[in-house]
Amino acid sequence: MSKSIFLSLTFHTLMIILTALTLPFMLRAPIDLPPILTIDLIQITDVTSIPFAAKATKTLEKIKKKEEERVVSKQAPPSEKKKEKPDRIPLPDDLNKEKKQIVKKKQNPEEVKEQIRQASEFEKKELFDPNQIAALIDKSKEDTAETLKKKKKLTQSSVETTFANALTLSQEDALKAQIFGCWSLPLGLPYQENLLVRIKLKLKPDGTVLRSEILDHARMNRPGQGFYKVLAESALRAIRICQPLRVPPTGYEKWKDLQLNFDANEMLKG
Amino acid sequence: MKKLIITFFYLIIFSNSAIALVEVDITRGNLDPLPIAVSPMYVAPGSKDIKQNDKIIKNIGEEISKVIEMNFKRSGLFNPLKKDSFVQNPDIAHVKPRFEDWRLIKAQALVTGKVTISEDKLRAEFRLWDVVAAKEMIALAFSTTPDNWRRVAHIISDKIYERLTGETGYFDTRIIYVSETGEKTQRFKKLAIMDQDGANVKYLTLGNELVLTPRFSPRNQLVTYLSYFRNLPRVYLLDIETGVQEVVGDFAGMTFAPRFSPDGKKIIMSFAKDGNSEIYTMNLDTRVVEKITDHSSIDTSPSYSPDGKYICFNSDRSGLQQIYVMRSDGSNVKRITFGKGLYGTPVWSPRGDLIAFTKVHKGKFYIGVMRPDGSGERLLTENFYQEAPSWSPNGRVLIFYRETKSDAKGKGFSAKLWSIDLTGYNERLIETETDGSDPSWSSLLSK
Repeated sequence: MSKSIFLSLTFHTLMIILTALTLPFMLRAPIDLPPILTIDLIQITDVTSIPFAAKATKTLEKIKKKEEERVVSKQAPPSEKKKEKPDRIPLPDDLNKEKKQIVKKKQNPEEVKEQIRQASEFEKKELFDPNQIAALIDKSKEDTAETLKKKKKLTQSSVETTFANALTLSQEDALKAQIFGCWSLPLGLPYQENLLVRIKLKLKPDGTVLRSEILDHARMNRPGQGFYKVLAESALRAIRICQPLRVPPTGYEKWKDLQLNFDANEMLKG
Repeated sequence: MKKLIITFFYLIIFSNSAIALVEVDITRGNLDPLPIAVSPMYVAPGSKDIKQNDKIIKNIGEEISKVIEMNFKRSGLFNPLKKDSFVQNPDIAHVKPRFEDWRLIKAQALVTGKVTISEDKLRAEFRLWDVVAAKEMIALAFSTTPDNWRRVAHIISDKIYERLTGETGYFDTRIIYVSETGEKTQRFKKLAIMDQDGANVKYLTLGNELVLTPRFSPRNQLVTYLSYFRNLPRVYLLDIETGVQEVVGDFAGMTFAPRFSPDGKKIIMSFAKDGNSEIYTMNLDTRVVEKITDHSSIDTSPSYSPDGKYICFNSDRSGLQQIYVMRSDGSNVKRITFGKGLYGTPVWSPRGDLIAFTKVHKGKFYIGVMRPDGSGERLLTENFYQEAPSWSPNGRVLIFYRETKSDAKGKGFSAKLWSIDLTGYNERLIETETDGSDPSWSSLLSK
């Protein structure tokens, strides 16, 4: 009897704490709502951390929706095999490069492309060994875990992008002004197309770029999207010309992962 | 159990504070033309000199690079850097450029190449380099007869243009126009053809008959134009390669303003009789003539949309000359221009997104573009007298002709060919041996 009262009390207390903690979270107003008109002393960063321009937000939402659809789709991924042009002239250095790449693959098996890995697994399946069923089951578990991991990653990134910046207005302006000067916009772009390129950067504390990744990379190889490749290349060129980027001297953890949204729509459409 | 509860609490408290990714929107950039270095092509040792028109071209590599450079300069999209500032010599640059040297002069792209001439064959190979990323963007080789070196330069220009802008080029094309000589009151007009940069001019007629409005077929090397036959203006068809010409149709009146359909199988033109002008088409295979418009007013200057489903033309059915669009069978006629002034010579862009036109308002002539529904009218250039716009095959540049003012005796008169791109800022005179009018741009020669 006393045990059940104790349990009931514990759970009731738990429920009250839970309600107290979650209700404010649920009632929290979305970022887009107009600010409450109360005068208060606030940090400048709270005001200046505007996520992104309204136009870019709309375009981003569209892209995200498309991305989600693409993940659900069961279509095979586009071939990563580089097209060999018959007229391509091999450079004297090309042979050496190829050799180097092979060595690299051996040393770092993680770097083997997904497609290559899949092919080798397929071969394994063909050479089916009944004695290795247990191993295969384990492998399938790993595969599922990896898929889940990937899904999680995607969900997380979509959550992340909705959060506000960690740069103040002046810091953001300094960075923007620096990149404006470096970005030579290709002038022949079709103005009626979506001209937004999102590039994710991993930065060093001094502002030099450690790694850059085009987020809509698949679009580069789609038919009729040749202009997108040109635009993405121009954005990458701008980052390379500009580096080291003008980043704040402090708070490296906040800006070490930086996403630049190069939006040519505004300039070309006016 | 305890652990579970702690984890549960932890999740609730911290689920809301995922690591924020800093995002910065870059909405402005530099609109200056892309700085590009076109290094003179390295000529392989043992290569012979080229003889052309009794002239010996000694350094063909340099000549090819000059043609490429001029193409880029005229396009307005690139800024070819001065060769004096180049640090690296072509003989080394064509193998592996030292990117630091090219970055020093602020080049963002670099073109290098090598030319070999042996046994009456010219082989030109080129590479386009991304100087900033220090990587090769494209590398191709072409073989042809040495006489064809200018075309090789144009093809290379097209490939580079395509790689750097994402749209097809327009350098390996030709322009047909009416060459004009003599006094204003007594002009000799000949059909002439040249490369898009004004080189390699050839005259196709002798000048003893008046010729007007030549138009290229978008599919092959056929040209249709207007000339006089038994004192009547008639539409002609000319095969540039064979030189064979013929009258199109046997009409009991005058035919004018011809133009090809997008598939090159039909000619659309105006036919005037008893003061009324209507639009007709003629199938070039079957020679079947079809009447498209039927109205008491003057309907002329027809031009097909690139999909062949619509036709734009000008008509004075509303009282003033305006532009109309209809289905290719003549149904569903809609007026698309409502602005002040007169609108004429509509031409549908090869991309299909715009219609170019000539506008006359308060004594001034304008070349402009608008969407096929008549919205978004933009006047690109204004002058005393200019008309007849014709699109480049990629729908980015317009060529037209402009006449100057003259006195009563015709002194000071000239007619010149001009080009302007869609931005309206890149307006250029196209140098021709004689005066020129009524230009028409061919499709790409190497597709």
